[in-house]
Amino acid sequence: MATAARQSRTVAALKESGTAALVAFALAFPLIGFQTVEMSGGLTVRTRFDWVAIGVAIVFIGRLALALWPQEWKWRQRREPRHVAGGARADAARNVARFAAFAGVSFAIVLPFLPFADRYIVDLATTVLIYVMLGWGLNIVVGLAGLLDLGYVAFYAVGAYSFALLARNFDLNFWECLPLAGVFAATFGVLLGFPVLRLRGDYLAIVTLGFGEMIRIILINWGSFTGGPNGLTSIPRPSFFGLPFAREAEAGGPIPFHEFFGLDYSPLHRLIFLYFIILALALITNAFTLRIRRLPVGRAWEALREDEIASRALGINPTNTKLTAFAIGAMFGGFAGSFFATRQGFISPESFTFLESALILAIVVLGGMGSQVGVVIAATLLVVLPEFGRQFAEFRMVLFGAAMIAIMVWRPHGLLARREPTIRLDGRRRRAQAGPA
Amino acid sequence: MTPDLLNVEHLTMRFGGLTAIDDLSFAAKAGAITALIGPNGAGKTTVFNCLTGFYKPSIGRLALHHAAGELLLEQMDGFRIARSGVARTFQNIRLFPRMTALENLIVAQHNPLMRASAYTLGGLVGLPSFRRAEDAAIDFAAEWLERVGLLDRADDEAGSLPYGAQRKLEIARAMCTRPALLCLDEPAAGLNPRESAELNRLLVGIRERERIGILLIEHDMSVVMGISDHVVVLDYGRCIAAGPPAAIRRDPAVIRAYLGEPAEDEMAARGGG
Repeated sequence: MATAARQSRTVAALKESGTAALVAFALAFPLIGFQTVEMSGGLTVRTRFDWVAIGVAIVFIGRLALALWPQEWKWRQRREPRHVAGGARADAARNVARFAAFAGVSFAIVLPFLPFADRYIVDLATTVLIYVMLGWGLNIVVGLAGLLDLGYVAFYAVGAYSFALLARNFDLNFWECLPLAGVFAATFGVLLGFPVLRLRGDYLAIVTLGFGEMIRIILINWGSFTGGPNGLTSIPRPSFFGLPFAREAEAGGPIPFHEFFGLDYSPLHRLIFLYFIILALALITNAFTLRIRRLPVGRAWEALREDEIASRALGINPTNTKLTAFAIGAMFGGFAGSFFATRQGFISPESFTFLESALILAIVVLGGMGSQVGVVIAATLLVVLPEFGRQFAEFRMVLFGAAMIAIMVWRPHGLLARREPTIRLDGRRRRAQAGPA
Repeated sequence: MTPDLLNVEHLTMRFGGLTAIDDLSFAAKAGAITALIGPNGAGKTTVFNCLTGFYKPSIGRLALHHAAGELLLEQMDGFRIARSGVARTFQNIRLFPRMTALENLIVAQHNPLMRASAYTLGGLVGLPSFRRAEDAAIDFAAEWLERVGLLDRADDEAGSLPYGAQRKLEIARAMCTRPALLCLDEPAAGLNPRESAELNRLLVGIRERERIGILLIEHDMSVVMGISDHVVVLDYGRCIAAGPPAAIRRDPAVIRAYLGEPAEDEMAARGGG
């Protein structure tokens, strides 16, 4: 019996791998098999059938390995209790999570001062943190409230443009503009949310996708206001409590940061300062999310995600509750957007394409919907991985795609899918017993 | 005689050409269990959906007599009906499966907690009055968990509980909204005899202690005949009999509806469910 079963499994696996190899061949033959090369006489076609063969072989062997190997592994996984009961294991997981969060924040704080932290590293870390913050903002909408938003970049754009326009037209500085940009983005969230939040699932996704594109197209076409496709330039940089990060003081202006502190001028100062701003903004986003999850409105978001009809039967107003999620998510997107504008000093509609929305959503989904730590890991992975992939040139995006597929195969619910309850009877009772009577 | 808690008058619900409920009138009292029975497709769940605002009735008046006065449910949104004291459970259990049992009961106390947190702002800054309100909410939830025998599973995901426990948790969740009228849609479906006896005790306990009105849709006759004070029988959307359980058991119209009628009548319009 056992041998027969194993045999049929092997046959099935071989068949499956054959199909996969065939598909790979059909794709690879035209795409990899032929390459146009510029020769002296003009453009000629070179064939690379050896590459095709290698690629097909990799797919065949890989699929076979995947089909034969993880059977026992999957079985073992299924035997684990799916729902971890409150108790020792949950406590251990919580402690690990707390330690990881502490270690992560400490590392983020010392990072710019580590010996290997050059311009490139600090800049890359800043980019990672922007996406962490965007991921955390979108996590409120998608992860907690369960509203699939494919146009989150619209709020990012609103934040960036409100900052740029306010700073240029009204001569406000970064710290004055930041809350206003958040308010504008939240207002747009409410404006969009009000008519569309009665839609569910796929329909909401399509409307938000359309909204994202609308904002981008308005930015391109309203040239007199937004600068059109040329974007907006000379957006003011943030100053360190009034001290600019410049080599020389402007005539009549305040003395620069490095002179005030008696340091040598280094362009790294400003980068490090920007890094700390986004770190602070991201940590605020996180603290806010963790707190609001434990408030009635946060629980109502999760309840709506789980079952809207039951929520309504308990007296939760679905429209208002969803609107708050949308507005708060948008507000954090707006904050991130205004940081982006001040960091770049230049913005154009090209920075706010659908690809950005997709990337942010991928961060939330890969991280595990609703998981704050998951978002950090996924954002780091999705921003840093393409950087490491630079040496592979044209295969960069292939690697990127493969990594995403791998995560979805091994962790279909995201990297960290465990949900931490917002409240525990267990802990309260223990605290009540330990505490003075 | 105690006054009526709920008056359903001339309720009619049409879906296109199909009349699911046809001129139905009945009343439910506080401190009493009113059972709504009838063959499949008789329109029982439709009555619940009208009462709880999921459907807008085509015709009819649904009056809830509240301490604050009379409320006309047919004019209100579903979530407002829930706020004014009508709680329900669902035929196919609708818990929040990935939230814990305790969280399910805390979500049910959303509106008082929302006010206590000053619509989130007070909660964000950690007002002491909100802390106290939350502690009270947790104590209330724990009390209900104890009453349905699920206190030791408070921190487990609702979706991981056994079926019978989920049914009881859903009733506890509805009770945590502190309703004046509790509508239960087939609470005994899928329960074994021991569990349905427990359910009987729970419902009788609610009737005696909370003195609220319970409206019950049920097929399990041991539940219906054992605990209900008043039975309303529906068939094809019409009320064919109403009265105490003992009288209903002997009613010829009810027996006919359950055991079948001559063939030509079966071809008549079938009510929606």
